[in-house]
Amino acid sequence: MKKNQVLEKIIHGIFLLLGLITVGSVLLITVYLVISGIPAIREIGLIDFLFGKEWASTAAEPKYGILPFLLTSIYGTAGAILIGVPVGFMTAVYLSKMASPRVKSVMQSAVSLLAGIPSVVYGLVGMLVLVPGIRKIFHVPDGASLLAAIIVLAIMILPSIIKMSITALDAVPREYEDASLALGATPIETYFKVSVPAAKSGIAAAVVLGVGRAIGEAMAVMMVAGNVPNMPDSLFQSVRFLTTAVSSEMAYSSGLQRQALFSIALVLFLFIMLTGATLNFFLKREKE
Amino acid sequence: MSIISAKDLCLWYGDHQALKNINIELSDRNITALIGPSGCGKSTFLKTLNRMNDLIPGVKITGDIRYEGTDIFSNEVDVNQLRKEIGMVFQKPNPFPMSIYDNVAYGPRTHGITNRVKLDEIVEQALRDAAIWDEVKDRLKKNALGMSGGQQQRLCIARALAVQPKILLMDEPTSALDPISTSRIEELVMELKEKYTIIMVTHNMQQAVRVSDDTAFFLLGELVEFGKTDDIFSQPGDPRTEDYITGRFG
Repeated sequence: MKKNQVLEKIIHGIFLLLGLITVGSVLLITVYLVISGIPAIREIGLIDFLFGKEWASTAAEPKYGILPFLLTSIYGTAGAILIGVPVGFMTAVYLSKMASPRVKSVMQSAVSLLAGIPSVVYGLVGMLVLVPGIRKIFHVPDGASLLAAIIVLAIMILPSIIKMSITALDAVPREYEDASLALGATPIETYFKVSVPAAKSGIAAAVVLGVGRAIGEAMAVMMVAGNVPNMPDSLFQSVRFLTTAVSSEMAYSSGLQRQALFSIALVLFLFIMLTGATLNFFLKREKE
Repeated sequence: MSIISAKDLCLWYGDHQALKNINIELSDRNITALIGPSGCGKSTFLKTLNRMNDLIPGVKITGDIRYEGTDIFSNEVDVNQLRKEIGMVFQKPNPFPMSIYDNVAYGPRTHGITNRVKLDEIVEQALRDAAIWDEVKDRLKKNALGMSGGQQQRLCIARALAVQPKILLMDEPTSALDPISTSRIEELVMELKEKYTIIMVTHNMQQAVRVSDDTAFFLLGELVEFGKTDDIFSQPGDPRTEDYITGRFG
């Protein structure tokens, strides 16, 4: 009896320890980012850092303004959402409500496959197909641009949006739809006036999840966006995102430049925390 | 006068035959109770009348159903129009997760009424007809899911009435409710008879006696007996009906 209890306690402790690995990692990353991100901001000045329009980290007189990256990340994400959400949402409505079971199973496998493709492959295909395509169609000197990144991101966020929206739509009680049909509404009217409103928190959460993925993506956008720290004045401008700003200079950076890269990572981290908090808010509301 | 009739109606769910050669004529402005043990086909028959069974995969139907003389399965029939005229109240109260007002206005809006004043009128009339106006008139903007089960069911009746149907199908409308709510719904159904034809599935024999004019007894997919409720319950013509209503099975 006594021995059993001791064993229980030990096992309990082991499981707790394993759980704490995750919590510990998050804490460690947060603390590390804050500690290593603040010095550069303090030295450069918060306003100059966030709103400085020029990033010239290796110049004789270096400038550390991350506004080009900030705006690029915001525009890029917004663009991806603008394209990805309607496509993903409509696909989800189709798969959840209209598709025959066979079509649904085939298309859902395709969606899962899309989710499983590594981002470097997205980047590769974007580089080989999208970038030359944009150059030819729009007659611009270089196709590696904000537009290319938006399109790649839009496709990359489709799986999360589709899957989460389907889950929300599938959870709408059949009785709601029956009631609507029995009143003489057509199936399409029923889906859009009853099913979608009933699933709206879940769908909103899907959108936020898409935002999170798009902001955090580095590899694919590095390969198709041109990776030049320009202000994103046009869709055809070669640009650099927050994520790629960190990854492209980290290898050879030193001193204040290196510290500024940590500060960028901190800004990115805060952005993603904000999306996460929004997501939780929607999910919580869904439960109620 | 018969408003809806079935002739040689058979229905299969896959290989299982759920309705066998149903022949019946239901009268206008009348309450018909459909009784019988679980799985006897009474709910299936009810859902065939507004073609809600169309939505179930693998359903096959032969024979015909005539509503005001037209075959409801004909290609010329607009199923949405049919369902507008033949309304339905479900077993479990199923208001939409919207305000009370929007629930009742849903049908009329779907059928193209956008005028605010007109909608207000329709909503009020439907809620009055469903005997729930006084309870909800001060909280029309509140979410319908906050009401009690009995109120929700009356709201669902109001929602069905708002599209001005001629027939109201009710699938065990009180089986999920407490006795007081049940008796309120029963009173309401008897009042509604003035304006609507009501066809009601019920498991409750006393309810059939209290409420209905005619009764149809279903067993194993067959219509065993159909006639005046008083006759069916006082002198059933078929021994199986007698066994059922006296509680020997079911």
